Amino acid sequence: MLLFIEQTLNGLQFGLLLFLLAAGLTLVFGIMDLVNLAHGSLYMLGAYFAATFTALTGHFIGGVVLALMATLLVGMAVEVIAMRRLYGRDHLDHVLGTFGLILFFNELVRLIWGPAGMNLTLPSWLNTSIELMPGVHYSMYRLSIIIVSLAVAISLYFVVMRTRIGMLIRAGASNREMIGALGINIKLLFTLVFGAGAALAGLAGLMQAAILTAQIGMGENILILAFVVIIIGGIGSIRGAFVASLLVGLIDTVGRAFLPDVLKLFLSNSAASTAGPALSSMLIYLVMAVILVARPEGLFPAANK
Amino acid sequence: MKTIFTVRNVLVFGLLAFLAVIPAYADVTGNTFIMTLFTRIVILAIAAVSLNLIMSYGGMVSFGHAAYLGIGGYAVGILAFEGINSGFVQWPVAMIACGLFALVTGALSLRTRGVYFIMITLAFAQMIYYVGVSLDRYGADDGLTIYKRSNFGSLINLSNKTTFYYVCLVTLFATMYLVWRLVNSRFGMVIQGARSNDRRMRAIGIPTFRYRLVCFVIAGMMCGLAGILLANQADFVSPATMHWTRSGDLIVMAVLGGMGSVIGPVVGAVALLVLEETLPHIIAVVGHFVTGLEMTAAREYWQLVLGPMLLLVVLYARGGIDGLLRGGRRD
Repeated sequence: MLLFIEQTLNGLQFGLLLFLLAAGLTLVFGIMDLVNLAHGSLYMLGAYFAATFTALTGHFIGGVVLALMATLLVGMAVEVIAMRRLYGRDHLDHVLGTFGLILFFNELVRLIWGPAGMNLTLPSWLNTSIELMPGVHYSMYRLSIIIVSLAVAISLYFVVMRTRIGMLIRAGASNREMIGALGINIKLLFTLVFGAGAALAGLAGLMQAAILTAQIGMGENILILAFVVIIIGGIGSIRGAFVASLLVGLIDTVGRAFLPDVLKLFLSNSAASTAGPALSSMLIYLVMAVILVARPEGLFPAANK
Repeated sequence: MKTIFTVRNVLVFGLLAFLAVIPAYADVTGNTFIMTLFTRIVILAIAAVSLNLIMSYGGMVSFGHAAYLGIGGYAVGILAFEGINSGFVQWPVAMIACGLFALVTGALSLRTRGVYFIMITLAFAQMIYYVGVSLDRYGADDGLTIYKRSNFGSLINLSNKTTFYYVCLVTLFATMYLVWRLVNSRFGMVIQGARSNDRRMRAIGIPTFRYRLVCFVIAGMMCGLAGILLANQADFVSPATMHWTRSGDLIVMAVLGGMGSVIGPVVGAVALLVLEETLPHIIAVVGHFVTGLEMTAAREYWQLVLGPMLLLVVLYARGGIDGLLRGGRRD
């Protein structure tokens, strides 16, 4: 039972982390109709920036803020230099172009920071555990990830649903040409949205960096998960991304923890220990395939385009 | 005023002739590395040609095509591991396995469109990737070494490098011919019609789903053939063969070379893999020439150049290399 609570919280934490990554991806996808494989590179950059700036300034929060600003700037620069030219192109062109960007960023990071990974050291007030319920201890840092991500998710919801810029973003998602025709500076809007998405990816990256390490290629596997999330949720839908990321995070984490044990009920021990890890890695893809077969446009399809 | 002696046609013919004389060149110069490199290129070109069939003619962008490389390879590897070396058993089993996988995943994937299709094919490829990782008996993560290549008795000896190269090359040419015949047949017209307007095709009474599924299965089996050859060439197969970045590489080859022609993906495969091999040297030489400094350290960072090059191809050479050679004519 204790383990179950802890794993559920871990799943929640991982899901929320995925949401930060998926939110930017789904916005860019929904509004600019751009498949951005390089989103994982921004995630990686966020981690490296944070590790560098916290070491440089000697201050955790300060380093994090600087890292977020740096990722935002890099994101906006990437949009102005490269992405802007890819809008309106075939999805295939996006895949090829941003695949090129992944290679570029991986090598750039290797050139600047070297091939070895970097650690992001936590301050002592985060590096403790907290007693949630009598007898239930949980890592303070993971709990703070949950809190920060939830706060970001709520403010994102507020910005998108309740402010003027959010209204423009939603309008952009349902009809790009129209809001351009109505005199909105779409170029600027696109750059801002892309930059914001980059900063969110960077935030996810730096939070993960303290649990694992910042390393080259760290964004690639999680990027695929983020894509799974936005596909399950329905492209362009923030709400869909939120539900889907929690679903994926929980299924993945809880599945990994308990599926081998569940299988032991039906299979022999050796068969279960072989099939368990494989099946739990496959589980989310299985879920995605089933959802897509049942609902080809995801759980929360954005308004018809 | 159509002439077949355009710059493009001469270059394409030159490339094919060049591929055919590689073993002779390697023999004369004693350069065995170029044989290994080009065998790999030819095999991956087969995979790229098969991807091109569904991608540019059928409009089905599969982001999981490397799965077939893995299934074909693992079929050969597992049979060899279990003591069945005969190519007459291995190859058909491998291709049937690929065909079945394509049939099942295709039937489910083809219900979706566009980006959803890209992602669901990726999902299926990821599943099969994790199956590979979990095959404890067959090496799991570390992969499976194949001690004996497929045995075709006295008919053909795959252990001979030159013979093996020509087997791959003939397979490539046969694949290209098959694709060319397919796309110019009634079947190919239906596939291309379904790409541009599926609803209209169905309205005139053609069950496009069936056609597209068959096309998907054919492409999967062709790529399975490439997987068989790849496993035989490397004498090794591992889950890395079907990592999603490999599927990305195949897409890059097809798009880089130029979609919408049968030869495009071959050009792309040659260009990408030769570039990967030579770019480190080019960087070192050009860097030395420009700066006058010893640039050996710069060799390592060739991907820093390749990445932006891909982006530039996307931005300024929309038809890929083949499109450039055609002089921007679009069809």
